[in-house]
Amino acid sequence: MNSFLDKCCDECWHSLEKPCDLFVRCCTEGPLCHHNEKCSEKIQSLNRRINYEDHDIPIIWIGMGTCGLASGAKKVEEAIIAELKKLNINARIEATGCIGFCAKEVIVDVKLPGQDRVSYCEIIPKIVPRFIQKTLVEKTIFKEKLLGTHGVSSGEAANINENPFFKHQLKLVLENCGIINPESIDAYIAKGGFKAFDKVLRLMKPHDVIKEILDSGLRGRGGAGFPTGKKWELALAQKAEQKHLICNADEGDPGAFMDRSVLESDPFRIIEGMAIGGYAIGATAGYVYCRAEYPLAIERLEKTIKLCEEYGLLGENILGSNFNFHIRIKKGAGAFVCGEETALIGSIEGKRGMPRPRPPFPSISGLFGKPTVINNVETFANVANIINRGSEWFSSIGTKASKGTKVFALSGKITNTGLVEVPMGTTLEEVVFTIGGGIPDNKIFKAVQIGGPSGGCLPHSVIKTQVDYESLKEVGAMMGSGGFVVMDEDTCMVDVAKFFLTFIQNESCGKCVPCREGTKRMLEIIERIPVSYKQTKNKVDELQRFKGIIYLNRLANVIKDTSLCGLGQSAPNPVLSGLQYFREEYEEHLYERKCSAGVCKDLLTYTIDNSICSGCGVCLRRCSVEAIVGEKGHAHYIVQDKCIKCGMCLEACRFEAIEVN
Amino acid sequence: MHEDIFKNYTPNDKSYLIPLLQDIQTVYGYLPEDALSEIAEFVGISLSRVYGVATFYNQFRLTPLGENVVRVCRGTACHVKNSSNILYALEQALNIKAGETTRDKKFTIEVVNCIGACSIAPVITVNEDYYGRIGVKDIPNIMKKYQSKPKADTPKKAEIGTEKV
Repeated sequence: MNSFLDKCCDECWHSLEKPCDLFVRCCTEGPLCHHNEKCSEKIQSLNRRINYEDHDIPIIWIGMGTCGLASGAKKVEEAIIAELKKLNINARIEATGCIGFCAKEVIVDVKLPGQDRVSYCEIIPKIVPRFIQKTLVEKTIFKEKLLGTHGVSSGEAANINENPFFKHQLKLVLENCGIINPESIDAYIAKGGFKAFDKVLRLMKPHDVIKEILDSGLRGRGGAGFPTGKKWELALAQKAEQKHLICNADEGDPGAFMDRSVLESDPFRIIEGMAIGGYAIGATAGYVYCRAEYPLAIERLEKTIKLCEEYGLLGENILGSNFNFHIRIKKGAGAFVCGEETALIGSIEGKRGMPRPRPPFPSISGLFGKPTVINNVETFANVANIINRGSEWFSSIGTKASKGTKVFALSGKITNTGLVEVPMGTTLEEVVFTIGGGIPDNKIFKAVQIGGPSGGCLPHSVIKTQVDYESLKEVGAMMGSGGFVVMDEDTCMVDVAKFFLTFIQNESCGKCVPCREGTKRMLEIIERIPVSYKQTKNKVDELQRFKGIIYLNRLANVIKDTSLCGLGQSAPNPVLSGLQYFREEYEEHLYERKCSAGVCKDLLTYTIDNSICSGCGVCLRRCSVEAIVGEKGHAHYIVQDKCIKCGMCLEACRFEAIEVN
Repeated sequence: MHEDIFKNYTPNDKSYLIPLLQDIQTVYGYLPEDALSEIAEFVGISLSRVYGVATFYNQFRLTPLGENVVRVCRGTACHVKNSSNILYALEQALNIKAGETTRDKKFTIEVVNCIGACSIAPVITVNEDYYGRIGVKDIPNIMKKYQSKPKADTPKKAEIGTEKV
């Protein structure tokens, strides 16, 4: 036997045409239809091999998510293959997804026969020869780049979960990410995959499944936090010849990459969650609406769906249960608003992705006018675990109203960038400082931006806030899909507000006036703030600048109250939270025309410290407007009237001779 | 003219409009006008509706791309790590603005909302290669790699959403 599709002996009669309802359980516990020690041993041996427990040659895993690939995983793989060839070592190389510690990519794991799996980080092609020498030839630990062992801690190597980055996490959604081969259905099944789906098909009625999900307290992970069970219940109650299920993988929030990682690293989990959802609401067609910006995720999903069909876990009469379910991939075409459910439906139908008023809710009339349930990737990723371990177990994790865990994408000015999963109720402080490792370069924490363009920036004063739907809303942010961008003293909050408004302005679909015109007005007001005296042409300009600020708050609230969809209703959040927590910074820009963070270019002056400047001429050549003058070997000088404050000289200078204030 | 693409779809089904546009763009790198008319006829809707959809989504473009497409991520994480300077430096280096193509048709600069590689911000991609944690100083070296390299014959695989032009 080389895969679970191979039969243990002739007594197994399972086939795609005539499926055996015990197939999934048989893969790990089999054979169940007959007793035979030899067959049992065959299946167990296959499981051990797939689970990497039983192997005679070393296994090397390379993290090949987008983050790994971008850090050079392909080159590392080539270097490893070349080195193995040179030393004539026989080893198996497996591609895996992202373990979450993106800051330390490329992550390579090594497991020698009979030993524990050990993870190493920051592997680059240059150190591969030494790395192979230590781990495969000398068979010891390569201490230099050690991340941790997956076995019991020893003097040589501590368990990977002792690492502060992993220690405080609770991995439920991400449990397989970076561990298994994401393109192998056998690996997923051997890890207990599809057991929940199997249980649902054999033992549960649709309303049992929905009750389990309702009891678990699972809420939509896309941001709004609507109870998933309620959505399903509503769709089940509808009478229709066809219902649809959509997985929303249009992760448009800039700064969020959880869905991408899960889709790339554990795609079978999503398919299983969707299949269970489809069974619960009585849908026969499922769609994954995935961003076209994620080519790797789409490629993996396509393979995943094909494999599931080959194994009879998707398609007609799944495992002999008379349940039919097909999943198709729909590629998004790059519109942020398509994350909104009614806009997403419009996009699948081939229209412009514009939201429509609700009710009717999609659960009643959605895709092609049929009842439709739309859930986020992370929501579906939680489903299998809830069915397997029960709603009580799930609801024991988290806070009173927010159950389970939440995945966050840590990025920005934080030491440990990457993907983390924490129980609801963890404080922001723990995420930023304990797991995230704080701010690099001894800088001071300024804010954390949660919830993308719909969320807010939270300052140090509310850092003890718990991560759950209600607490975050109370302090003026929102859960959002899980973007977690940390900002330090070098980030200007006015600039951040401007950034988000520009984004919203570009992405507003234009259907309703408050969002289309209102956000444009807001952007104009914000854009007037960080301008120098030189730029303010006359007294009218000056007056407009102040008048705008007075109206900003009111305008924001009008947009919030009157916009059609979630995009518009939450669009003013970054500005409102900025005004609430960083008022002084706004006032500093407004009255003193100063940007302490040194970001708002118009308010900066660049000068060259002539005691440091060596006169190398690099800045002079880099300056696009010829604002820098000076002879070679002598200190240079910036002509302020010409300077456009692009900052190129600052980036180019190797002697740190250029000052900004 | 595009039978090989149309044969995968059933005629007069509006929901195939976006996949068709995506397939056409994969072949040409942009949406030529005559292809749009063909699609309109195949799907059974007016050309103006097709145009409406094609201009709504960021991914679609109506002008050809350069040989090498440089995509600058302007997501939040990249923004706080000064991706605006990277964009500026690129614009300076190639002497074009974002969304434009150089005269010799070698480079196009595009701005992307987020490519989901926030952990290694700031990021740019050139064709299918990712460059993470880059600074303005790295731009000349990266550009040099593509300046002389003749483009491979294979059609562009990754269809990444782009800003409206």
